[in-house]
Amino acid sequence: MLIELGHFALILAFGVAIVQMIVPMVGAHRGNAAWMALAEPAATVQFLLTAFSFAVLTWAFVTSDFSLQLVYANSHTDKPMIYKITGVWGNHEGSMLLWMVILTLFGAFAAWFGGNLPARLRARVLAVQASIGVAFFAFVIFTSNPFLRLEVPPLNGRDLNPLLQDPGLAFHPPFLYLGYVGLSMSFSFAIAALIEGRVDAAWGRWVRPWTLAAWMFLTVGIALGSWWAYYELGWGGFWFWDPVENASFMPWLIAAALLHSAIVVEKREALKSWTILLAILAFGFSLLGAFIVRSGVLTSVHAFANDPERGMLILIILAIFLGGALTLFAFRAGSMEAKGVFSTVSRESALILNNILLSVSCFVVFIGTIWPLVAEILFDRTLSVGPPFFDAAFTPFMVGLAIILPIGSIIAWKRGSLDRAAKSTVGWLVLALSVGALAYAIQTGNSALGPVGLALGVWVVGGAISDIWMRSGRGSISDRLRRMTRLPRADWGKVTAHIGMGITFIGIAGMLAWEQEDIRVAAIGETWTVGSYEFTLADVRNEQGPNYITTMADIAATRNGAEIGVLNPEKRFYPVANMPTTEAAIINGVMRDLYVVIGDPQDNGGWAVRIYIKPFANWIWGGAILMALGGCFSLSDRRLRVGAAAPKRMAKAMPAE
Amino acid sequence: MKRFVFILMLLAAPLWAVEPGEMLDDPVLEERARELSQGLRCPVCRNESIDESNAVLASELRVVLRERLVAGDSDQEALDFMVARYGEFVLLRPDARGANMILWLAAPALLLIALGIGWSTIRARRSTPDALSPEEQAELEKILKS
Repeated sequence: MLIELGHFALILAFGVAIVQMIVPMVGAHRGNAAWMALAEPAATVQFLLTAFSFAVLTWAFVTSDFSLQLVYANSHTDKPMIYKITGVWGNHEGSMLLWMVILTLFGAFAAWFGGNLPARLRARVLAVQASIGVAFFAFVIFTSNPFLRLEVPPLNGRDLNPLLQDPGLAFHPPFLYLGYVGLSMSFSFAIAALIEGRVDAAWGRWVRPWTLAAWMFLTVGIALGSWWAYYELGWGGFWFWDPVENASFMPWLIAAALLHSAIVVEKREALKSWTILLAILAFGFSLLGAFIVRSGVLTSVHAFANDPERGMLILIILAIFLGGALTLFAFRAGSMEAKGVFSTVSRESALILNNILLSVSCFVVFIGTIWPLVAEILFDRTLSVGPPFFDAAFTPFMVGLAIILPIGSIIAWKRGSLDRAAKSTVGWLVLALSVGALAYAIQTGNSALGPVGLALGVWVVGGAISDIWMRSGRGSISDRLRRMTRLPRADWGKVTAHIGMGITFIGIAGMLAWEQEDIRVAAIGETWTVGSYEFTLADVRNEQGPNYITTMADIAATRNGAEIGVLNPEKRFYPVANMPTTEAAIINGVMRDLYVVIGDPQDNGGWAVRIYIKPFANWIWGGAILMALGGCFSLSDRRLRVGAAAPKRMAKAMPAE
Repeated sequence: MKRFVFILMLLAAPLWAVEPGEMLDDPVLEERARELSQGLRCPVCRNESIDESNAVLASELRVVLRERLVAGDSDQEALDFMVARYGEFVLLRPDARGANMILWLAAPALLLIALGIGWSTIRARRSTPDALSPEEQAELEKILKS
């Protein structure tokens, strides 16, 4: 009964979305306040209905209601409770329902906290948002209905894919969805502005928090996925340029560009049409990501939830929204008159360069991702585009970005001085170059990757520190420190995010360049040396987990005789899903990770053991966390916070510009 | 039952990427083999190189590749051997022949185009405001006097 209620709520939400798509839009066109006002309660109701339906599905998973086809196919009574819950979105239908919950939640947020938006704009934004909802509700209800029943409920389920029974991957999809779907708000704002024919500083200020939030969630989601790959896949890779990874990375790059260009719109009323275009593309790439994941058209390791027919439908949704938006853009972009004038050397120019590098790099990833498809269809060549291509074609853009970032981020708006910017960062440049040279001198081998990456990282981090220091004005150090605590949070957000990026650079370069690897057959009791560490294989034993059995090794790690810890790498086997997994054992450290994997027993009684020493590994994700944290700071800035005073202040400020 | 499952597990246990038994004694040759195998895609896997893959075929290919190197093949000859057997699908770094030129030239071409557009935007925005017209000048003086 409850299941049917959930199913019914979902259909009802679809109906509400249709109403919300049409009535407020017509109301905004005719200037009918009552019709426009319908958008807010509709958005709230839409969210409550979808959330209820999601709660019902969760309940079905928690109570192992195997009369539901979906629960039967993805759950098992022995599964730990946490994975019963995360199993709700560990499959196609459930994850689409989660997508809907987030989509309607964002719409509801715009309704609840959009009080300072002009009524007409708000009505249009909510109507556009609802139209996205209509498309995806239809998709869920007609092709991916999670509430389908089985006529004869089986005794037990088929269990969740063991790879997904992991905390890293359990929370990876919700964050990515928050990011993808968050970009739908930027899209709705862009379309509403195009219909309205007006983009001003206030619009830039409204669209920025949504983009910022979406970008933060994408950052966290991508970092979680990469961290998961690092510890789960068994050789410590963290990024594979897999189509599905690229699918989340492309919107991230465009969202990063959008974040920066929205600042130009807000502060200087320039780059308006470009910013609108980015907002459209960011969501377009999110939809493309959904298409890539759902259709499995580009085969990849993530194909746990795909189906060509559903892929086709998403492609149609993508074509309608992107095609419609770009057509509207083509007609209206000309009316976005830019106001701000700036000289060649200025923050505006630096941000244009930032946008060029980010968006072109995104298109390079895009072309690399779809090239196998294009080559097969147009040129009849079956080929692969793998990491070597992306490393070669994408990395230069990030290097360029890192080089210009410290200068670009401190140069003044309107008319800047390169001399001044250079003077305040020259110390960091010297430090970065010396660190790079030092690293080159002491490393074994003569790869440039490590030293260059390290130098760039130091340069970016140093530039960010200079940035905040310069903002503190003049005077004694204590005065400046005191003033620094009073700087707007957006300034701190910017600096934190930029430092995070530098740290990630150092992590990636250090880990790739200076990793040590040892593969051997070890007998029980054997001790051997890898780098400056000694490892002893003490024991290998079998144990029973809740829904798996495992072979676990005890490997003691010491350094110069001092004990560091015992590592317990595992090989697990999930009998219900008939699938083995590896669980690497990792001792985390600031400067290095010790990463141990146990392999197969060998004929001579020994075990295959793989040991990696991965320098700076945690800096990769640490940097990502800092980037997301920077987003948080920026989001909590006073000027983005919703307050009753905001519209008045804006109304006063407007004519002066 | 537990024992039975354990035996099952051993049967299903995957082979590991680069097993100790596969590795060559000559460290220089082994290093070359690792480099090359990172650029070769496992034909039966989703998106993994033969260096990373646990598939049986990947393991066989690692051994074949090492045999070629031991036999004295150059890097290119060893790659050509693989391509002849499995098609260019196995190359993770697509070659730059024919249509693939589009792929390889996309990044620099797009960058140049974008830089061109960016530069013209900056130039267009750079225009210093025109000198005041006589009427504006008169207006300004009136304001300044008052």
